[in-house]
Amino acid sequence: MTSSNDSRFSSSILVAWLNRFLDAMPLLIALVLALLVASILLLALDANPITAYAAMFEGAFGSENATAETLVRAIPIMLVAIGITVAFRGGVINIGGEGQMIAGALFGTWVVLRIGDSFGVWSIPVSLLAAFAAGGLFGGLAGFLKAYFGVNEILSTIMLNQVAVQMMNFLLNGPMLDPADAGVNNIPKTARIASAAQLPRLAFPLGGEAALFDRTRLHTGLLVAVLLAVIIYIILWQTTIGYRIRAVGQNEHAARYAGINVERQTVLAMFLAGGAAGLAGAVQVLGLQYRLQTDGSPAGFTANAGFNGIVAALFGGLNPLGAIPASAFFGALLVGARRIQTELGVSSSIVLVINGLIVVFVVSSQLFVRRRVRQRLSALMNEDAQNTEKPPDSSLDATTVKAEGGHD
Amino acid sequence: MVSATTTARADAPIIETKTWRDSITRPRIFSVFFILIGLWMVLSVTSNYGADADLSGLDVNEAGRVITTLTFNATQSLTIDTVTYATVVGIVFYILGGVVGLLPRPAGELGQRLDRVTKYWLFVNGILFIPTIMIIAAAGNSTNFTVLLQTSMRLATPIVIGALSGIWAERSGVVNIAIEGMMLTGAGVGFVVFTLVAGTVPTSTGLWLGVLAAVLSGGFMAALHAWLSITFRTDQIVSGTVINIMALGLTSFLRRQVLLSSEAGRETLQQIRIPVLADIPILGEIFFNGKPIFYAMFILLIATHIILFYTRWGLRTRAVGENPHAADTLGINVLRNRWINVLISGLIAGLGGAWFSLETNGSFEDGMTSGRGFIGLAAMIFGKWMPFGAFGGGVLFGFSDALGLRFQILNVNIPEQFLQMTPFVVTMVVLAGLVGKATPPKADGIPYEKE
Repeated sequence: MTSSNDSRFSSSILVAWLNRFLDAMPLLIALVLALLVASILLLALDANPITAYAAMFEGAFGSENATAETLVRAIPIMLVAIGITVAFRGGVINIGGEGQMIAGALFGTWVVLRIGDSFGVWSIPVSLLAAFAAGGLFGGLAGFLKAYFGVNEILSTIMLNQVAVQMMNFLLNGPMLDPADAGVNNIPKTARIASAAQLPRLAFPLGGEAALFDRTRLHTGLLVAVLLAVIIYIILWQTTIGYRIRAVGQNEHAARYAGINVERQTVLAMFLAGGAAGLAGAVQVLGLQYRLQTDGSPAGFTANAGFNGIVAALFGGLNPLGAIPASAFFGALLVGARRIQTELGVSSSIVLVINGLIVVFVVSSQLFVRRRVRQRLSALMNEDAQNTEKPPDSSLDATTVKAEGGHD
Repeated sequence: MVSATTTARADAPIIETKTWRDSITRPRIFSVFFILIGLWMVLSVTSNYGADADLSGLDVNEAGRVITTLTFNATQSLTIDTVTYATVVGIVFYILGGVVGLLPRPAGELGQRLDRVTKYWLFVNGILFIPTIMIIAAAGNSTNFTVLLQTSMRLATPIVIGALSGIWAERSGVVNIAIEGMMLTGAGVGFVVFTLVAGTVPTSTGLWLGVLAAVLSGGFMAALHAWLSITFRTDQIVSGTVINIMALGLTSFLRRQVLLSSEAGRETLQQIRIPVLADIPILGEIFFNGKPIFYAMFILLIATHIILFYTRWGLRTRAVGENPHAADTLGINVLRNRWINVLISGLIAGLGGAWFSLETNGSFEDGMTSGRGFIGLAAMIFGKWMPFGAFGGGVLFGFSDALGLRFQILNVNIPEQFLQMTPFVVTMVVLAGLVGKATPPKADGIPYEKE
């Protein structure tokens, strides 16, 4: 009896370990496949793929400044991805990162412009909180519509993205237009924010005078993102709030049956997701641009971080901590692509194609590999279970067992 | 944990939610909306163009009152006393109709009759809405109503085509949020092909080859969508998002690789004036004097309607979209059906893409579809997944686009951004079930897995 229990126990550990391994494997396979397909594309363009990838790596990590740029690019993606993680874990598919980013940036910037210097250093947390609230409300609206009106969140977030873009275009062309700079270069933009409200640059002291990332554009938004990742991680896996959100995400009916208020969790998950995206918007303004400006297109301000965040969240295994390296990876892709353009004369847009290819392969391979192996494992488990159900020192002869088996 | 669960259950607002939700009915929403519109009409017109207002620079009639001139063509026009019109229509139709709509209903036959009257009243208000807005916006000016409608129809073309594309995919149970990406691919690839063949073939042939390439490239993206979401059962939204992102990259990449280095003429498809029909006053200009893809929209609209509701394929498609398991039991190959429908959806979206680059602009820019695919999706939902409903939605959204352009010319103080927002806000209201109920096909978005 004990021996069979042991074997089951060990096999379940094996299964868990294998599953974890299989969770990571498709990512790597997909990455390799995507780069292979991209290589074919590069070859077709008379560019040597190895040179191209080397140039890309060089462009992303080749120098202190390049690494800093990679991280700078990754920060908004990271924040959005952390939020997306909560939404997806709660069973809400949030495509609204773009809109929530804009909402957060608009309100955060408005607050910071209103309070000016009067709050000193505190204007940073105040405007970040404002941005979190605005993004959260914008996301929460989609959650509310889903929970209480049955509006598909994908459709509503897509619609809200467009609403946010138009809202931004309206505000930046009118009420929030920089009075001093109005009409210069025809770029809709707000006034510059007070220096007290700007996120400080980030540098790591190396001892002595030198500091890593000194004199780069890397800003403390990175710390905000890492901090948020940790907080969200704790909320999701160490608190009842997170437990409920995940319960709803895994099985809405079971969660409802267990007495969880499903509607409230949906709104909450979307609020947190929107809030994180709102922070991303504000951090772009406070840490990098020091004003909100756009070229009028949807991606004019966000640079597609709202969409890339979705991809990064998936790539990070829907884990807020995993979102950090995943976002850094996409930041590296986007920054490294510039080098491809300068060195090989291939348009940097190719990185968007590679980006897409990676997602295509990640998504399909993950499902494909896991399904096949799960089937094989569950077959193994069934055999195992049948073996243990059979009394170890059975007095029944083989024929009876066979007959019993026939009934199943 | 136990106590937390019980409290959550105790204050679960399920019953409470139903009551406040039920009091929001469609006629009431419209009633409130119309009362607000009516008030706005009366107040803004009397304050802006009333007896005490400064009327310099505006068209006035002999009595010194502001007039709006609606012209239809070179010879026909209509002159309206703006203030009188707005006050009468605002009070009689909108405010009064709205109040009647909000009145509590007595039980019995009287209540039912009142309901019916309200319904027609609100319907008339809906129809009057567009001309009324135009008359007020153009107060003291003259504006060409035919051109406005013509522009609306033209701008509605990609939206309606996008919506039809969505209908094909979603009726078979595959959500297609990649319409935008497929359109963009069509616009980009179509124009690139046109540029590449430009020197070797006559321009019109080149344009048509471009259109063909656009259609096929849309189909190619759809094949990717089908492969991911049907064959691999990936989440259809994820797959769609991926395609949207990829299309952005692919087309921008193509543009920089091919178009920047070549001399691209601003050639577009030829206008086709249909003889006899185009001479019908007003309507002829609107419907029978357009470009090929504009006409294709009508053909696709009718074809989609007929195929979906009067053929065996359509019946099967709808069965697959509503209940794939039952359809499978009856011997329909669900996956094959979905594959083909998604492919058709992509081909149609590709054609919609060609509208941007080859029919309208004669050029290609990054992200030039600028959300029209999403508006198409909105129009499809607005039209409740029905071809003619989607057409109605598309025309309405096209009209709001055209109105934005016209408002700029007329210097109306409504920012165009708000008009551009309307399709999305309206769609969310529709989705929330406040105005009609949007019921997607039952199996929409659920990957099919054979047991």
